Formats: sequence, structure tokens, C-alpha cells
Amino acid sequence: MLWLFAALVAASTAVLIFAGGLVTSTGSGLSVPDWPNTYGWFMFAFPMSKMVGGIFYEHTHRLIASTVGFLIVVLAVWLGRTEPRPWVRRLGYLALGAVTLQGILGGITVLWYLPDAISIAHASLAQILFCLTVTIALATSTGWRRAYAKQKGEGGRGKGEETPDDRMLQHIAIATTAVIYLQILIGATMRHTGAGLAIPDFPLSFGHVIPPYWDSKIAIHFAHRVGAATVTVLIGATTGHVFFHHARRAELRRPAILLLGLLVLQITLGAITVLGNKPFIINSLHVVNGALVLVTSLVLTLRAHRSRFAHVARAFLPDEARRAQSGDVRDATTGYGGARA
Amino acid sequence: MSRLSDRLSCAVACAAAMLLISCGGGANESTAPASSGATAPAAAPIDPETTGNVSGKVTFEGTPPAPQPIKLSSDPYCETANSGLTTETQIVGANGAMGNVFVYVKDGLGDRKFAAPSEPVMLDQKGCHYTPHVIGIQVGQPMQITNSDNTLHNVHGLAKANKEFNAGQPIQGMKMTHTFSTTEVMVPFKCDVHSWMNAWVGVLEHPYYSVTGPDGTFSLKGLPPGTYTIEAWHEKLGTQTQMVTIGAKETKDVAFTFKGA
Repeated sequence: MLWLFAALVAASTAVLIFAGGLVTSTGSGLSVPDWPNTYGWFMFAFPMSKMVGGIFYEHTHRLIASTVGFLIVVLAVWLGRTEPRPWVRRLGYLALGAVTLQGILGGITVLWYLPDAISIAHASLAQILFCLTVTIALATSTGWRRAYAKQKGEGGRGKGEETPDDRMLQHIAIATTAVIYLQILIGATMRHTGAGLAIPDFPLSFGHVIPPYWDSKIAIHFAHRVGAATVTVLIGATTGHVFFHHARRAELRRPAILLLGLLVLQITLGAITVLGNKPFIINSLHVVNGALVLVTSLVLTLRAHRSRFAHVARAFLPDEARRAQSGDVRDATTGYGGARA
Repeated sequence: MSRLSDRLSCAVACAAAMLLISCGGGANESTAPASSGATAPAAAPIDPETTGNVSGKVTFEGTPPAPQPIKLSSDPYCETANSGLTTETQIVGANGAMGNVFVYVKDGLGDRKFAAPSEPVMLDQKGCHYTPHVIGIQVGQPMQITNSDNTLHNVHGLAKANKEFNAGQPIQGMKMTHTFSTTEVMVPFKCDVHSWMNAWVGVLEHPYYSVTGPDGTFSLKGLPPGTYTIEAWHEKLGTQTQMVTIGAKETKDVAFTFKGA
């Protein structure tokens, strides 16, 4: 039940990112000049009939953000009351702090007329919040709790084995996730500095591999393209490693396949955004799909580290581990087994 | 240890939540004038018996782009109120006459000071577009901005030299007054609710400016004898300047021609 709720929170965060993308793509960021009120109305009392033009996107974004904030409060309290693993509880508190800060950044960026630095920070923190909610959902899932070892009666060749401790995979996966996040930061910078169409052709740049002219916007745009190429190579390396060495581990194979699919979709959306003169729906899908690429890579990375999580847990949480191993009532009621992290 | 960390994490989250709550009520409903301008120094004496004029016409050479229809479907009120609205970026009339060109004295007045008029310049939001599209105003002169529409508008002045502002006008008939504190040619105005709505405001220390009408003509009256740099500004085609010297009671004609791309 907790996992289901955490998954709902993660999904709602993705919806929020899409709504935020729509605000930027339609240029509606300042269509509601006040905050936290809306044209003087209490946010939740603003009449639906007045949600016209840019207000529709901006006010909807605020309503979804409030809903996500409320869901994260519930999630943090729920984790705080029932979750035996301190690091998972802390993730809940961290998500609560992040969504609060995110709301403040959103308000400041409106009141200060969308300064690039604040808007980029708002976009970047949104990705971190999404990563936090996805990590909580992952950590509370059944598969994670039993370390992806097959249970009795389940088929497959991984029976009885936990996810292997593959150092190479762990390193590549961390690098991939980090570079994807960096690439999203560059994308956010491109978006908020109006550099999205600084290079009007694709895949070439002004008909060349390297742009023949340069200014700050062209540089930011080109950096995003170089970032895309780097991400492609890293995702290729990560997924290739999974397919060659862990093809039978469903917990690694599935996110690897998904990652490849999302990458193809992301490049396609990016190309259409440039060639189609930034159609706002496509542009916003590019934003949310980028976030999905990030969290999919994060899930693969965390699963690749699953066995190390257990070691960390054992090292840092001897009390909880001991209690769990000795059949502590709390662990028994939540269904957590032994020193599972 | 873990409990302590839990409490610390919880305390940080709560502090952030309290900060959010304490930020409430910060509605930006008012638009304080950037400066009053009421204490502007007295104008240097100009002998009205010797002043002259600069007048002329702005024309477009080439095939002018046709005004494009604007899609108003994002606001049903706008669609009903002004269904035939077209772009005002480039208004070209008979014989290439160009409207919406801001013509002004860019240089030549020396250190003369001009008191700001007390009567306001009017900018109206009517039929989901700004009227007028291009407007001139003096530093310290009040600008009265009205929402004549039965829909919400925000008035967003994207000033650089002056202070940027963004104010909501959610109710029909609402008015606000804004003043500018320094020269700026031009200050873009936009409504973020209705992405097609924009206007341009030229802010000057002096009253020697004009906006061309559909016939492309302009007139700068009451200039003291001297040599002036006259600039014509167009939102899409850029600027052109010309030097002109006028003697006592003299009227000089100046013609500007913008060429199509």
C-alpha cells in the first residue's frame, strides 16, 4: 500500500514537471503576476471561468504543485510512522523539504519576473524532487525489499540470487545518471535563456558539424547537443553492459530496455522541437521525457547497487538490523525481512 | 543517532514549510510609480517666437507583409469581442505610408530640462489588444492604463533602464497609473495572459516625439533653432537617423524610408 502511494506521488511529480514545461513553452510564467494568490484570489478559490490564455497553464501548474506538495506531506508522515529504515524516512523528509523549497522558488521567480538563475534552479530542483519520489517508490517496492531474489514458486534463472555486485556496471550507471542530470541542467539553461532555436537546423548546426558562428545562445544550444551525444554514448554503454552481462536479471534488463526507448523518443522530440519551431506540446513532452530518462537511469543505478545498500544498512544500522533479524514486531508488521535495506 | 538525524531532517522540512507560509500574502497587486517626476526642474526658457518644426513622412519601400489574423481561441471573450484582430507589427497604407513609427529628437537639445506634463498618457486594453500600439511619454508623466475588457489582463512592462513591472487587472474598468524614471526607447509592454498583446512605449526627457498615423506623417513642433538628430524607430525594421538644422520659425521636412527584407 505504501509502495502504491509512493508510486502515485512519483507519477504526480512527473505530471507536475509536464505542467511546468507547458508554462515555459507557452510563455505563461508571468500571466499570474501575484503569488501565492492568483489575481488577489486565494489560490483554490480562483474561478475556473477566469482560467483563460496563459492563466490556464500557470494556475493549473500551481494547483498541481499544491496537490503534489500535499501528497508528499502525507508520504513523509506515512514513512515517518511506519518505515523502519531510517534512510528511507529521511528521503521522505528530504522530499518534503525539496517540494517546499520548490514552491518558494516558483513564487520568487514570478515575483522577480523570471530571473534566469531562479528559473533554472526551479527546473533543476524539480528533477531532484522527481528523483527523490522515484527512489522512495523504488525503496518501498517488494522487489527492492527482497533484493530482487526470486521467491519460492517463481520461475527464471535468477532463483534465489540477489542482484549481483557488479562494480563496472555501478560505475557506468552512476556516470550515466550524473551526465543525464547535467544534460538536463544545460537544457533548462537553454530553455530559460531563450536559446532553444539558436541553432535552427538539425542534426547539423547551420549546415556544419560545428557551428560556424558563435554567441552565448549558440554555445548553450550546442552544449545541449554535445550533451545529448554524450548521454547517448553512456546509455549505450550502460545498457550494453546489462545486455551482455545481466540479460537474465529482469530488474536490470527492463529499465535498460526502457532507457533505450526513452532515449530514442527524447532525441526525436528534441529534433521536432527545433525543426517544428518549438511546438509547445512537443517541447513540454521533451522536458518530461528527459525527466523520465533521468529517473529510469537512476532506477537502474540503484538496482545495480542493491547489494551494497544492504551492506551499508548493516554497517550503519546495527540496531535495526539486529531487531529485524530477531523478529522484531515492527518489522514483522511491515513485512520487511531481516537486514533488507 | 538515527533518531537525531530523523529529527534534524524533520526540523529542516518544517522550517522550510514555515518559511513558505510566512511568505504568504505577498500579492503583487499594486504598482507603485517608479518615480513621481513632480519635482522636475523648471524648463529652460524657449522663446516661442523663434521655434520651428520638423515634419515629414515615413514610407516603406517594397512589398509590405499583409497583417496576419490572430488566433484568439485561448480566451472566448477575446474571440467574441474582436474576432477580426490582425497583427499590428507593420502597418503600411497607401503609397507605402508607414504607421506606428516612433519619431523623436534623439540629440541636440543640450542640457535643457522639460517639466513633465501632469495630464496622463492613456493606454487602453480593449478588444484584447493595446490601444495605441506605439506611444510616447515623458519621464515623470503619468501613464494611465485601463482594462476595458471583461476578461483578465496583466500589464507587464519589460523595462531595462526603468524598473520592470507586472500588475494584474482582473476586473473590467480597472485603472492603474505608472510613471517612468528615466529615458528609454523603447519599453516593450506585453500581456502574458494573451500572448499576442503587445505595445511599445518611448520614454523621453522632452516632448519632441511623434508616432506616425496610417498616413505615415509625423510632426515635431516647437523646437528651438538648432541642429538635431532625428531618429525613426520601428519595432521590426529597426531605426534610422537623420541630422536636421532648423532656423528661427523654420519648418523642415524630413523623410524616412524603410526597406523590406
